[in-house]
Amino acid sequence: MAETEATPPTSSSPGWLARALDSDIWYSFCRSPLTIASAVLTLLFFLGAAFAPLIAPFNPFDLASIDIMDASLPPFWQDGGDGRFWLGTDDQGRDMWSTIIFGARVSLFVGFASVIFSIIMGVGLGLISGYVGGRLDALIMRIADIQLSFPAILIALLIDGVARSVLPRAMHEELAFYVLIFAIGISGWVQYARTVRGSTLVEKNKEYVQAARVIGIGPTVILLRHILPNVMGPVLVIATIHLAIAIITEATLSFLGVGVPPTTPSLGTLIRVGNDFLFSGEWWITIFPGIALVLLVLAINLLGDWLRDALNPKLR
Amino acid sequence: MITFILQRILQSILVMLTVALIAFGLFRYVGDPINNMVGQDTTIEERVELRERLGLNDAFLVQFGRFAANAAKGEFGYSYQHRRPVSDLIAERLPATLELSLISAILALVVGIPMGVYTAIRRNGALSHTFMTLSLIGISLPTFLIGILLILFFGVILRWLPTFGRGDVVEIGWWTTGFLTSSGLKSLIMPAITLALFQMTLIMRLVRAEMLEVLRTDFVKFGRARGLPDRYVHFVTALKNTLVPVITITGLQLGSIIAFAIITESVFQWPGMGLLFIQAIGEVDIPVMAAYLVLIAFFFVVINLIVDVLYYVVDPRLRVDRADSGGH
Repeated sequence: MAETEATPPTSSSPGWLARALDSDIWYSFCRSPLTIASAVLTLLFFLGAAFAPLIAPFNPFDLASIDIMDASLPPFWQDGGDGRFWLGTDDQGRDMWSTIIFGARVSLFVGFASVIFSIIMGVGLGLISGYVGGRLDALIMRIADIQLSFPAILIALLIDGVARSVLPRAMHEELAFYVLIFAIGISGWVQYARTVRGSTLVEKNKEYVQAARVIGIGPTVILLRHILPNVMGPVLVIATIHLAIAIITEATLSFLGVGVPPTTPSLGTLIRVGNDFLFSGEWWITIFPGIALVLLVLAINLLGDWLRDALNPKLR
Repeated sequence: MITFILQRILQSILVMLTVALIAFGLFRYVGDPINNMVGQDTTIEERVELRERLGLNDAFLVQFGRFAANAAKGEFGYSYQHRRPVSDLIAERLPATLELSLISAILALVVGIPMGVYTAIRRNGALSHTFMTLSLIGISLPTFLIGILLILFFGVILRWLPTFGRGDVVEIGWWTTGFLTSSGLKSLIMPAITLALFQMTLIMRLVRAEMLEVLRTDFVKFGRARGLPDRYVHFVTALKNTLVPVITITGLQLGSIIAFAIITESVFQWPGMGLLFIQAIGEVDIPVMAAYLVLIAFFFVVINLIVDVLYYVVDPRLRVDRADSGGH
């Protein structure tokens, strides 16, 4: 389903390409300018994240290239702005544009990793819950019910807080990324598990599964090779919208000072740091990373909305 | 009905015990409680004596039982950071958070419901499209960013509103309120809007979706056919039938508001429980973390329980469903 990713299909097989271009989804994609715009924007963010060191004019983490004399310069269109730093500089003389590119990279990385973590955990538990049934199913779904009644951000915050107090300080600095991905990932598995469980309940009674069982294929293979591909459609939709939520959660945790370590700032960290300079008039240190974050999340949300409608046969 | 309620209460108790166990595990096994309580110059004998006196040598279950019993009475020991009883700290901060949450919830309802009704009636109107676009932006804007933008415009550029704290408060018994002073009310405006915005968009979208469903039903058509005025059909016949899910969702969102207050309080330095909790995480002040954890879980469990039971009472269809699917 690569055509939904808005990237031009790259497969060498012409039949596959033709099929993708002929599909309903591609048609609905071409008909919605807003979706194309958000797809292009998302793609730009992905490319920016992937090639950050090549695109950014400065390396914000290279101390040699930072000059404290350049500190707190406004964007170029304001008085005192410098053409080299078109979005201005922060209090330590780092180029805002470069820090935003690197920050978006961190935000996207944490977002993606958390979503993948959630998918693996949620889809796995959903498959098992739906296929095995019985007490195990009841237990997993009860835990899901309970978790669902608490907001995700609170759960992520608690896991992060617990990790902070369990791990020694130095070790926590080192593991902060993994703790964060774990915390955000765990706070989002329930939706996947519920959806996949529902679809699995339907699929497991179909003939192809019974046939596979009759010829003696083990349950693990049935789940992974036969049922899994047939329950992944809705997962894709949830994952797109979840990516936006995960990025917001990461930004919020980093803004609260319990997210990524300050040495590798994400967009949320940048906003937190810039927030201190709001009152002294240096608004660009916090507003530009903020705009970047909103654009990123908005684009992904719009893509997710479109994908949900496009894959929903009732709305065609 | 009775079994359902009993089942739900049992489940709630189970959740509370689990949360209490996590809180206790944090308190007891993360670092050494004695080290966190006494200074550097306490001798080993004194430490041993204190350990014995506090009962830290007792069996696990005995200690957990004592922790749970104290927690039920609202006692969580002393904060490592503030050197004061945690219950005092919480009692001091509770009014600020509850006042903020209450105003935000009311704001979200009072603005969200009419917007939802309007966008459902005038589906293709220009204003409806504006509302829907705004709501999408509202969902994409993280809470803290809304707060920062409000501070930038109304606090820094226009200088109309105070940007941090609660302003002057009036004490009524142990409760402190900001409702009675002008600086208190002014300070409330921006945090309340920040906290309400997300719930507002949620309620608006929910009311819109429900209204669209209800407007298609026969009784609305018959209402129109009887010649009832549009206003009556929309706001009485239709709206009344959309409110059940709205009320339950709003009830559940009340818990979220209290949780999201952490972010808002942090942006506006609002002296509530959320700020206390965030500071406690930063300083690894475990008794405060444990207390907040238990308290928030308690709020959630109680709200969920009430909403579940209400739902069950209000919607008779649910009873049949539940009987069919064996309590699921």
